[in-house]
Amino acid sequence: MDFITDTLAVFPSLIGAVPIVLQLAAGAMILALVLGLLVALARISQFKVLRAIAVFYVEVIRGTPLLVQLVYIFFVLPSIGIAIDPIPAGILGLGLNYAAYLSEVFRSAILSVESGQTEAALSLGYTPTKALWKVVIPQSFVVSLGPIGNYFIAMVKDTALTSVIAVTEILKTANILNSQTFQTTEIYTAAAILYLMLSLPLSRIVVLLERKARSRG
Amino acid sequence: MADNTIINVKDVHKTFVSEAKQSLWDRFRGKTHEVKRVEVLKGVNLEVAQSETVVILGSSGSGKSTLLRCINKLETIDAGRIYVHGHMIGYREQNGALVAERASVTAKKRTDVGMVFQHFNLFLNKTALGNVMAPLRDIKNLSAADARIKAVHHLEMVGLGDKLDNYPSKLSGGQKQRVAIARALAMEPAVMLFDEPTSALDPELVGEVLAVIKRIAQAGTTMVIVTHEMQFAREIATRIVVMDQGLIVEEGPPETIFTNPQHDKTRALLSRSQTSPQASES
Ligand SMILES: Nc1ncnc2c1ncn2[C@@H]1O[C@H](COP(=O)(O)OP(=O)(O)OP(=O)(O)O)[C@@H](O)[C@H]1O
Ligand SMILES: [Mg+2]
Repeated sequence: MDFITDTLAVFPSLIGAVPIVLQLAAGAMILALVLGLLVALARISQFKVLRAIAVFYVEVIRGTPLLVQLVYIFFVLPSIGIAIDPIPAGILGLGLNYAAYLSEVFRSAILSVESGQTEAALSLGYTPTKALWKVVIPQSFVVSLGPIGNYFIAMVKDTALTSVIAVTEILKTANILNSQTFQTTEIYTAAAILYLMLSLPLSRIVVLLERKARSRG
Repeated sequence: MADNTIINVKDVHKTFVSEAKQSLWDRFRGKTHEVKRVEVLKGVNLEVAQSETVVILGSSGSGKSTLLRCINKLETIDAGRIYVHGHMIGYREQNGALVAERASVTAKKRTDVGMVFQHFNLFLNKTALGNVMAPLRDIKNLSAADARIKAVHHLEMVGLGDKLDNYPSKLSGGQKQRVAIARALAMEPAVMLFDEPTSALDPELVGEVLAVIKRIAQAGTTMVIVTHEMQFAREIATRIVVMDQGLIVEEGPPETIFTNPQHDKTRALLSRSQTSPQASES
């Protein structure tokens, strides 16, 4: 019984980190969505150079650990004069990383929209660019909703990695508490439950969104 | 070229070039790149005047679809000229050579040409109404209210006034094709192109689509139709054009073509259709 009450007692100290986690995840997700779409467009563009840059970006990001990328942004960039505060650095690192993965989601979604629809749009007088933005991309967003949602949940959990670059999110807060009280089991159990409390409702929302999108298509 | 010429296709040539799949082993041995060339249009000439209904017949692979797609610049051409309403489409002439024009210029010219595809190609994320409204909003820049009025009018014309809010997944093939026809027609093109509009439909749904096309023709819309429905061709065409292996081999009024065909290919096409179950039914 002691364990449960002690664990519950930790929550108030951890809850304060939740807004930071949401700020990180929301900021990074917006960055990842915008950049991911741009990278996806570059990858299907007719310009070889753009395609090459996009492929290079995706390969470098996917080929290195997110933790290393975060450390690089926070500890290495200052040496060339780019010093970024912990939270913006976290948003940047998570955003750049997830952009690479989301670009693949967008790219396959764009390619999955029947080419016949593009032809129909062209025959109605859309320019290729307009057809892409008005006909193809809105549909690829619907197709991508599920994967985007799942990546968002993963990102919420990955915010824990920003603890190494001095962001006082949930894990970092837990570390600090632990060094003061040494209630290791209670503190990290509470932290784990807190992450669950964030990700479970999000999964539920993703499922509902997906179902809604599918019922229309 | 008469003043009322809508489409003028002059000596158009088109060759598809496809790189044959090469195995890694072939490449490793330094085998030269194999390129496959198929000459699909070998000098096609076709004029379509205002209010004409031209039906193109021809066996599979004769180049009918390619010709229609060239008229809309959905395919590039290698030589020749295509004019719609007197304007060359897809290219401009520079020192006697074809130079591709800007995509936005081609797009503007395409609004003069409506196209209906074999597989409907509806926007799957939009309702029937949304499909017809989209180009009115995006291309013609009509207000939402005006676009809606116009779209509803055209959907009612094809008999779908009660399906406005259905998504394509909730429409039958025949209904989808009628939405596609309404969508193209609402843009008020100078000519409508139909590429086998009924060949992806269940037999019992063919009639409703043909009836709609017939009604549009009777309203004086200029059309070019590729179809395998011989009876329909005979009823609706003001002129029949027969294609074979990338060339127009015979053309004339339907009565002449059907009762006194000159070219072997035409005879073969007609006799084949007469023995087919669909034709013997009617
Ligand atoms: N994108 C392409 N690449 C290579 N070859 C092609 C391409 N499109 C068509 N062809 C070839 O061009 C020829 C003519 O095709 P087309 O689609 O114009 O024929 P069609 O008369 O419409 O036939 P069908 O009655 O079967 O629709 C065919 O041999 C076809 O294989
Ligand atoms: Mg065809």
